[in-house]
Amino acid sequence: MTDLQAPPSRGGSAGGRVGDSPIRPDGRPKVQGRFAFSSDLYAEGMLWGRTLRSPHPHARIVALDVGPALAIAGVSCVVTADDVPGAATYGLISADQPVFARDVVRYVGEPVAAVAADHPDTARQALDAIVVTYEPLPPLVDAEAAPDEPPIHPDGNVIRRIVVSHGDAEVTGDVVVEGTYEVGMQDQAFLGPESGLAVPDSEGGVDLWVATQWLHEDRDQVAACLGLAPEQVRLHLGGVGGAFGGREDVSMQVHACLLALASGHPVKMSYLRDESFLGHVHRHPARMRYRHHATWDGRLVKVEADLLLDGGAYASSSAAVVSNAARFACGPYRVPHAFIDALVVRTNNPPCGAMRGFGAVQVCFAHEAQMDRLAARLGLDPVELRLKNALGPGDVLPTGQVVTGTAPVAECVRAAVSYPLPPPAGDGVLERPGGAGRTDDPSRTRRGVGVAVGYKNLMYSEGFDDTSEARVRLAGGVATVSCAVAEVGQGFVTIAGQIARTVLGCEAVVLEPPDSAAMGSAGSSSASRQTWMSGGAVERACRLVADQVRSAYARRLGVAPEAVARADDGSLVLAAGGPSVTVAEAAGDEVFEASAVHRHRPTVPLDERGQGDADVSFVFAAHRAVVDVDPDLGLVRVVQITTGQDVGRVLNPTQVIGQIEGGIAQGVGLAVMEEIVMDAGLVRNPSFTDYLIPTVADAPEVLATCIEQPEPDAPFGAKGVGEPPTISSTAAVAAAIRAATGVDVTRVPVRPWDLV
Amino acid sequence: MSTETVEPTYELTVNGVVRPVAGAHQGDSLLHVLRDRLGLPGAKNACEQGECGSCSVLVDGVLVCACLELAEAAVGCAITTVEGLAPAGAEPGDAALASDVLTDVQQAMVEAGGVQCGFCTPGFVVAIHDLLDRVPEPSPLDVREALAGNLCRCTGYGRILAAVDQVVAVRSRSNGD
Repeated sequence: MTDLQAPPSRGGSAGGRVGDSPIRPDGRPKVQGRFAFSSDLYAEGMLWGRTLRSPHPHARIVALDVGPALAIAGVSCVVTADDVPGAATYGLISADQPVFARDVVRYVGEPVAAVAADHPDTARQALDAIVVTYEPLPPLVDAEAAPDEPPIHPDGNVIRRIVVSHGDAEVTGDVVVEGTYEVGMQDQAFLGPESGLAVPDSEGGVDLWVATQWLHEDRDQVAACLGLAPEQVRLHLGGVGGAFGGREDVSMQVHACLLALASGHPVKMSYLRDESFLGHVHRHPARMRYRHHATWDGRLVKVEADLLLDGGAYASSSAAVVSNAARFACGPYRVPHAFIDALVVRTNNPPCGAMRGFGAVQVCFAHEAQMDRLAARLGLDPVELRLKNALGPGDVLPTGQVVTGTAPVAECVRAAVSYPLPPPAGDGVLERPGGAGRTDDPSRTRRGVGVAVGYKNLMYSEGFDDTSEARVRLAGGVATVSCAVAEVGQGFVTIAGQIARTVLGCEAVVLEPPDSAAMGSAGSSSASRQTWMSGGAVERACRLVADQVRSAYARRLGVAPEAVARADDGSLVLAAGGPSVTVAEAAGDEVFEASAVHRHRPTVPLDERGQGDADVSFVFAAHRAVVDVDPDLGLVRVVQITTGQDVGRVLNPTQVIGQIEGGIAQGVGLAVMEEIVMDAGLVRNPSFTDYLIPTVADAPEVLATCIEQPEPDAPFGAKGVGEPPTISSTAAVAAAIRAATGVDVTRVPVRPWDLV
Repeated sequence: MSTETVEPTYELTVNGVVRPVAGAHQGDSLLHVLRDRLGLPGAKNACEQGECGSCSVLVDGVLVCACLELAEAAVGCAITTVEGLAPAGAEPGDAALASDVLTDVQQAMVEAGGVQCGFCTPGFVVAIHDLLDRVPEPSPLDVREALAGNLCRCTGYGRILAAVDQVVAVRSRSNGD
């Protein structure tokens, strides 16, 4: 176990091997303000693009007149659905979302037209000048009603239903607890707006610099909509200001390219914050009904759950999110009989899709509330109940899949609860609920403690052929790594260098800028998969290079290749003894190069009963939350979160603690403040004034223990670490609020009026 | 150019250099002029509503959100952006030096892990410099209060606070405390 409270400072330089914490290679330009984010890009003769969006959740477009906009001096072009030369629709799993609405708009914020002009203000005036005549239609905003309402889209109102049936449906437990739970719509709220720069070439193609999570997927969707061959559309990674799932879907990519091709000029688009809230998918709101059966001594017998996710107007990744919700609905426990009926529907609410935790967050809030309910009914300590049922290696999941990798659930729980509880709050301005307002009466403030555990999959599932490709070139002691990973802040750029230094024993590592034309796909920076998938590809390519060097070195020495061994520290050792040299030194003046594709073991789709080995690997975490609540005003201060997290192996302590603290902050946000408030299909709070994310004053103290049990299949034994911190931290805070107040919190975010 | 545009020309003093601004729109924010007319994109555009602090700059030594300032109103003021921060001992605005050597705050941010996606980072760097120049040894609550106007979505703030602690410790030692 590694206590990450004080990450060892084994780095500080630009170098660093696996296990060290070197300075990230993009750190220096980022602190200097010189790092080029996608919204910082500039080209000579560049125009500004902006998007006209629907003000209605559901309406027919009766007429659309762009003439007045074109009449404004400085406006170069306006594009609408009529100007899309290729596929009219796009989407991650099914192409059901129009590039521009043609006859009907299905959510507030749906793009209707886009303009390019010489100044952002001119572009704004042009949007105001476009005349759209709408005939409003009744919006479908109730997810419960959606399956029975007339379809609002040719693909129907049910995006996917998935049933998991495992065991005997007739079995009952000695004790049954039931509950209905809700999770509100959370936003990724990455700080860098959707933005990019599209530059037309002279042959009908286009280059696009953009902030995304997966260059090649975007490239394919953009090319299809432009009616171009994929090689005519070249995507380059612009600096990405955070993602958290919100950049998996195309936003301004097609629009910017259309404007660039129509105007013949480079076109820059950069959303304002209100537009960003409308311009990307959100975490699915969920309504979840649960029934848990257990024996008197606290063993889970059966879990039944009905899950309903609101997918909003378009499918995005809903089909995969609802599957995750179904597969992980029971939590990381041994559940011999499980019956899960999960549905994601289409409504006229904003489209929902990927966000950190991807379906596991919603069900974790519910299954952990149920576990607390069960513990209370049985008179058991909540921690004891969890340990009694904790999943472990060799156990069978509700999908029938056997856990073949590591599953240190009990270790995570024990680590999370092992820390001493924090002292009572002091009298400082920011130490009490209500913060600087000092609104609470300290004598009435109540403290509560809650614990929660969660898990999810690593990598894509259900038979997806997930790959990453990397190329490594070793020349003159410098390793050059080409891998199209979208660096979104997670620090893959650091990890790639650490892996190359470890395998090749070199110091200097150069990362080529990710580019869809110059390198193969690395897959998406999501599902906590890049350390495993692209880390694996980089490691594999480095090993191929090292093997080439070993052979050349042996030739040079006149010995058999077997007489030279490759050591784990990137050195070559002669069987005959003598000083070892690094792979990089042994390469001398020769140039070595190798490419590799990394694949994880295959998975299979779920069958009609939701059974099948759909997942590659699982990752677990437990959180304990300590809160202070002002019961008069319903204000909550999250004092401390302690966690035990399954990491496989820590490759970079500083980056792991960064993921843990950052993920916990997002979980705390969902617990007590973050919600996109909907009102009849309208988004009420599309700004940082009204959609609150935790500030440094809201961030709790975090104490973390990493459970290091190397995962057999994983490169270096390392599991992805990005998502677990977000999964059960929300549930732990909710549990702590229940403990503090006695209020049966069944909905997050918890609002003041839920508590008073 | 659209009809409501006027084309004033004014000069701004940014990072110690007088910079002419030609053809600006009257309503251009200081943020827009810095980023899109003067080629200084260090101040970021996360909300353009004064909520996130990513565009933090100093105007006559006062920490402001550049998105809320009219560019033309800053004529005659000394504007310092993240690009103009210089290590201790250098003249403010020594851009050549600033490009080579990190300030203690910048160095601590990269060493402590205070940087992930980096979009909030320039704003934090400017705000931390402002805080520590005013309050050399802030209490933990002073730090949290001073930085509560800067949003970060990646780090959960833990490593940023660690970076502040590191700077305070080093400065205190070098001052002989």
